[in-house]
Amino acid sequence: MNRIQKKFSLCREENRSALIGFFTVGDPTLEDSFEILNAVCDHGIDLLELGIPFSDATADGPIIQRSSRRALLSGTTLSKIFDLAQRLREHHPDIPMILFSYYNPVFVYGPEQFVQDAIRREIDGILSVDLPWDYRNEIVRFVPEKADFDYITLIAPSTKEERMKKMLSDSSGFLYVQTRSGITGIGGEKDVSRYDHLKERSKLIRGTSDLPLCAGFGISRPDEVSDLSKFCDGIIIGSAFERIIEENRNDCRRIRSKLTEYLRSLRACLFR
Amino acid sequence: MNDYPKGGFFGKYGGRYVGESLVRALDELKEASKYYLNDDAFLKEYYELLQDYAGRPSPITFARRFSSSCGQGVRIYLKREDLNHTGAHKINNTIGQILLAVRMGKKEVIAETGAGQHGVATATVAALFGLPCKIFMGKEDVRRQAPNVRRMELLGAEVVSVESGTSTLKDAMNEAMRYWAEVSNTTFYIIGTAAGPHPYPWIVREFQKVIGEEARDQFLKKTGKLPDQIIASVGGGSNAIGIFYPFLKDLQTELTGVEAGGKGKGPGEHCASLNFGSCGILHGTKTSLLQNADGQILDGYSISAGLDYPGVGPEHASLRDSGRVRYQVVGDEEALSAFEDLSRLEGIIPAFESAHAVAQARKESQNRKGGESFDILINLSGRGDKDIDEYFRLTSLKKGARS
Repeated sequence: MNRIQKKFSLCREENRSALIGFFTVGDPTLEDSFEILNAVCDHGIDLLELGIPFSDATADGPIIQRSSRRALLSGTTLSKIFDLAQRLREHHPDIPMILFSYYNPVFVYGPEQFVQDAIRREIDGILSVDLPWDYRNEIVRFVPEKADFDYITLIAPSTKEERMKKMLSDSSGFLYVQTRSGITGIGGEKDVSRYDHLKERSKLIRGTSDLPLCAGFGISRPDEVSDLSKFCDGIIIGSAFERIIEENRNDCRRIRSKLTEYLRSLRACLFR
Repeated sequence: MNDYPKGGFFGKYGGRYVGESLVRALDELKEASKYYLNDDAFLKEYYELLQDYAGRPSPITFARRFSSSCGQGVRIYLKREDLNHTGAHKINNTIGQILLAVRMGKKEVIAETGAGQHGVATATVAALFGLPCKIFMGKEDVRRQAPNVRRMELLGAEVVSVESGTSTLKDAMNEAMRYWAEVSNTTFYIIGTAAGPHPYPWIVREFQKVIGEEARDQFLKKTGKLPDQIIASVGGGSNAIGIFYPFLKDLQTELTGVEAGGKGKGPGEHCASLNFGSCGILHGTKTSLLQNADGQILDGYSISAGLDYPGVGPEHASLRDSGRVRYQVVGDEEALSAFEDLSRLEGIIPAFESAHAVAQARKESQNRKGGESFDILINLSGRGDKDIDEYFRLTSLKKGARS
């Protein structure tokens, strides 16, 4: 079993979903970012999505747009992210880490070089937001057969059933299933029917795939985590973390303590 | 179907690099456009609207005094897209796309705009078909193209001022794509240039090629031959691809695209993505981009809001590589002089965008020696009414600096 498989199997044993955290690397600075990521790994993140900042984040809402901007202003580049991931790996040998990127920074770095460097840093996979599943070979063809490096598939509410079935037949790692269409951000008021569509989707998915099903987009509150944990294997949170970083960006210690506190509230809601 | 981009690619450029949320909408658009662009009833309605509503065909004007000022033997002609309804070539495309939107049963249209010409052309056809319309426009452009903002509002559109990035065309397009990802089920995105994800570059070319088709016939009729050279400005590249495309096989006709050189060759000083850019992916398409070594998109600059875009349509990148089209650079100063020249010598005030092509025609003429006859056709893509305030602001700044 690879790191991702081990983690989900462990969560299953504990009868809970996995808590997956997206963080823009380099926000507010690279060094602070390392401290923050180290802290969240110590305090309950099961799987880490390392966000590579991009100047034109068209799939993201204002919070992640601003965090990307801060990260770029602090001088974050892909090479520096690789170095940071290597340091994190030394501290957290068992936490799966995937890179989360728009395709252009990867394309310009060179997809082949990118895959090699990521594998050398013991990174477990990539999710490329704007490289749709049909184009996955632009990256996947450079992954050596024996390597543990997954290309994470993202499924949207608008994805047609027929296409989804094709996607499921060639996916690995886990499935990122969007709770809603559109862009990332923090959702609105509680609405009991909001996850009905996702529940239907999950039934379809379970019928065809054994991969862990993880829900993302717009999730921030413990009650949402609790509702989703009843039928999902992983809960992905991004903007809510970035908001805490933004609000406390001049005080890294405060960011860490606020995040730890928030993680504690989420952890209590992961059980089935 | 002629030259349909195979798999959505023009050579190595193009494609459909978008988030999963938009895949279905683009697949549906691809199917619908493939069908309707070969459907006689659809094309009949499109051409009727071009004629009865937009005022096509647009004439070709021989620019007598401007030609003389450029030297002996050179004859310069203007394809008068400035005379279309709403004052630019943009209406050709918005008429086509709104017809697609209606046939696809969409309930709302959105668009991005730089100079405001595409925004106005979209707001216009939305009014004509009674669909609600949202236009995304960078805050900086809202300022420098104020008359067009008022026109859009008068036409019933909502103008959304976008404040991210440098608040220009790129950012407007980012915001339009974000909004569309949420509502693509009911909303049609009318992209204004020959860029964006497949099938847009193809659709926009198909709706703009009427410029070149008309021009080819008109020029032959007028002069008995084809032009020796055609010059068009290139931002995203819709007016240029529209006039070039029907001439691609006429190898005796030189095709020249003109990019905005702004104030220099340094990063952030121009928008010449074909001349100074490198291959990358932005707004769903693989093309030549202004970007840094880490793949972050750079902000462009030009006096012309319509050319202020760090990418370019993928078909242009392919035509650059094949050598069929030569892409040149004209800066702010040269464009401003051409803006004045055409106004004073011909009584035609060109858009800042089109003024770049006019300036290039003058340069090309001056490079020719010996007075041999040479016919240049400029695509005068739009009229300059929207730029008059900005022109006087810039010239008074210059005078202020001198005194």
